[in-house]
Amino acid sequence: MRFIFKTDYDQDVRILKHSGYWYSYSILLLLLAVAPFVLGNYMQSQLVFVFLYATVGVSLLILVGFTGQASLGHAAFLAIGAYTSAWCQQRGVPFVLYFPLSGILTGIVGVLVGFPALRLQGIYLVIATISFGAIVEEILARWESVTHGNEGLKLKTLEIFGVLVPRDSPGFYFLCLGLLVVVIVAALNLLRSPTGRAFVAIRDSETAAKSMGIDIAAYKVRSFGISAAITGLAGCLYAHKLSFISPEMFTLLLSIEFIIVIIIGGVFSLHGAILGAIFIVMIDPFLTLLKDDLPGYIGSLVRLFGTDVPSAMKIQEKAASLASAPGLKGAIYGLIILGFILFEPTGLYGRWLKVKLYFQTFPMYKAATFKRQKTYVKSERNR
Amino acid sequence: MSFLVAENISLQFGGLKAVDQVNFAVEKGEIFTIIGPNGAGKTSIFNLISRFYNPTSGRLFFDGEEFTNAPPHRIAKMGIARTFQNIELFDNASVLSNLLVGRHCHATTNLFQEILFLPAVKRAEFDHRHKVEQVIELLDLEPYRDKLISGLPYGVRKVVELARALCSEPRLMLLDEPSSGLNVEETDDMSFWIRDIRSELGITVLMVEHDMSLVSRVSDRVLALNYGRELVTGTPAEVQSHPEVVAAYLGT
Repeated sequence: MRFIFKTDYDQDVRILKHSGYWYSYSILLLLLAVAPFVLGNYMQSQLVFVFLYATVGVSLLILVGFTGQASLGHAAFLAIGAYTSAWCQQRGVPFVLYFPLSGILTGIVGVLVGFPALRLQGIYLVIATISFGAIVEEILARWESVTHGNEGLKLKTLEIFGVLVPRDSPGFYFLCLGLLVVVIVAALNLLRSPTGRAFVAIRDSETAAKSMGIDIAAYKVRSFGISAAITGLAGCLYAHKLSFISPEMFTLLLSIEFIIVIIIGGVFSLHGAILGAIFIVMIDPFLTLLKDDLPGYIGSLVRLFGTDVPSAMKIQEKAASLASAPGLKGAIYGLIILGFILFEPTGLYGRWLKVKLYFQTFPMYKAATFKRQKTYVKSERNR
Repeated sequence: MSFLVAENISLQFGGLKAVDQVNFAVEKGEIFTIIGPNGAGKTSIFNLISRFYNPTSGRLFFDGEEFTNAPPHRIAKMGIARTFQNIELFDNASVLSNLLVGRHCHATTNLFQEILFLPAVKRAEFDHRHKVEQVIELLDLEPYRDKLISGLPYGVRKVVELARALCSEPRLMLLDEPSSGLNVEETDDMSFWIRDIRSELGITVLMVEHDMSLVSRVSDRVLALNYGRELVTGTPAEVQSHPEVVAAYLGT
C-alpha cells in the first residue's frame, strides 16, 4: 500500500496526486491514440459513442453527483446542441463558430431551466426536468421552419478550416476524445476551486452552505448552466456522428440512459462517467448478440437434458419470441438500475476501489470498511 | 452603539410567538450567552441573526449597520459565522474541504478563472489553505485533516464545525450549544477554545448553552429567555439566582 508523505500544499491541489498516475494515464492516452489505427471501423465508432456518452456523463455528474440536483432532461440539452449545429451548418456558419455557439446557447437554456428548479427538490425536480424534455421534444417536432419537424435534419460532413472530417475518420475520433479530455480537466479544475466546493456543500447541507456565505440560488443556476453547456457541446458532435437528427432520437429514454451512465459508473467520482459510458455503449451490441444467439443456446441446452426435438424447438421458439418482445431493452435497463442501486450504490468505480483496496491490504481486508452507515439526523427545518 | 444589537425582535409562526419583543446588545469582545428551557426561542434568535427566518417585527444591527433584510449568504461576508446544534457538516467531504468551504466568503476568483485554474486561483487556494492550517493547529485537528466527516466521532465533528466557522475569519461567532453531546473532557477543551477564540483572535462570541457550569466559566453576560420573552440579563451569578429564572427551570 502506498502512503503519500505530504510536504507541500501543492500536493493536495494537483490533479494527478502522485507519479503512479502519470504512468497509468499516459499509457491510457497512448493506447487511445493508437486505437483508431488498430481497431476496426465498428470499434472506433463504438469508442466515439463512449466518449460522447462520457462527456454527457461528466456534465450530469457536475449537476447530479456534485450539486445534488436531479435531471431527466439532458436529452433535451443534447438536442438543443445538436439542432443548433445542424441549423447553423445549413446556413454556412463554420464549425469553429457553431461548435462553441451550441455550447453557449444550451448553457443559456440550462440557466433558464435552473431558475424554476430553484424552488423544487428531489422528485419534483425530476418531474420538472422530464416535462422540460417533453416540451423541447414537442417544439422540435412542431417548429418545422427551423427543425423540419419529424422529417429531421441532415448534416453535411464536418469541415474545419476547409479540411473535411468524415464521421468515421480518426480525425473525428480525436475530436471527440479531445472534447472529453478538455471537459474532464475543466470539471476537475472546477471541483478543486471554490465553485466546486460550493456545489458539494449545497449537496450535503444547504443550511450550512447558506451560513458559510454561499448564494444557493446562484450556484444551483451555475451548475445547471455548466452542465447544459457541456451537454450542448457533446450534442454538436453527436449530431455529426449520426449525420441525421430527428425529434424521436431525443426522448426520455435517452435521458434515462444518461442517468444510467452515472448510476452504473458511480456518482461520487468523474471516473464513474467513463466506466458508465463504456457499460452503456457496450451493452447494446451485447444485448443484440444475446437476442440472436440465446434462443439457440437454450434449445440445445434443453436437448442436452433429454427433451425430444419437437418440444425443444417449441421452447426455442418461445425464447426467441420473448427475446424480440417490444420494450425488453427498457425492462433490462430498469433491472440494471435497480440492481446497482440495491447492491452497488457506489457503482462500478466504487467496486473498483474495493477490489483495489482488497489487494493493497491483502490479508487484512475488512468488508465492513465500506459499510454504509447513517448517523445523526440533520435538521430539516431550515432547508 | 453596541457590536450586535437586537431591537424588539419578534418571530411569530401563526399564533405561536417563538420570539417576543426581545432586546439585547452584545459588546465587542465579550462572551454573551443565551439560556432558557427547551422551546424558549434561543435557536430561533440564532436563525434570525443568520437570516434563515425573517423577523415579524424589530430590527437587527451589526457593527452599526442594519442587516434586518440582508440575504442569508451576505451574513458570512459581514463577519458573522455560526455553528449548529445538530452538526451541519458536509458529510461526504474531508475535514480539509469542509474547512475550505468556510473560506468561501473570501473567494476572489470567478468561474472562468477557475475552469482554467489560472495561477491567480492557485495562489488564492494556497492562501485559503494557509489560513485553514492555522485553524487546524489552533484546534488540534491535525490527525483528521484528510479524513471523511462521515467516519469521525461526534466530539471531533463538533470541533470541525467550530473550525469551519473560524475559517471564515468572523468578527462575531454564534455557537449553538457547543457542548451538547460532548463528554466532560471535551467540554473542558471546548471551554478553553471558546476563551481562546475571544482572547487570542479577538472574536466576539454569542452562544446558546445548557451546561450551566460551562456558561458560568466562560460567559461575561447571560440573557435568560422563557416562552420567547426576555426574563433577565446580567452576570452568570446574577442570572442563576434570579427568582424568575429558577421558576422557569424548576416550575413553581
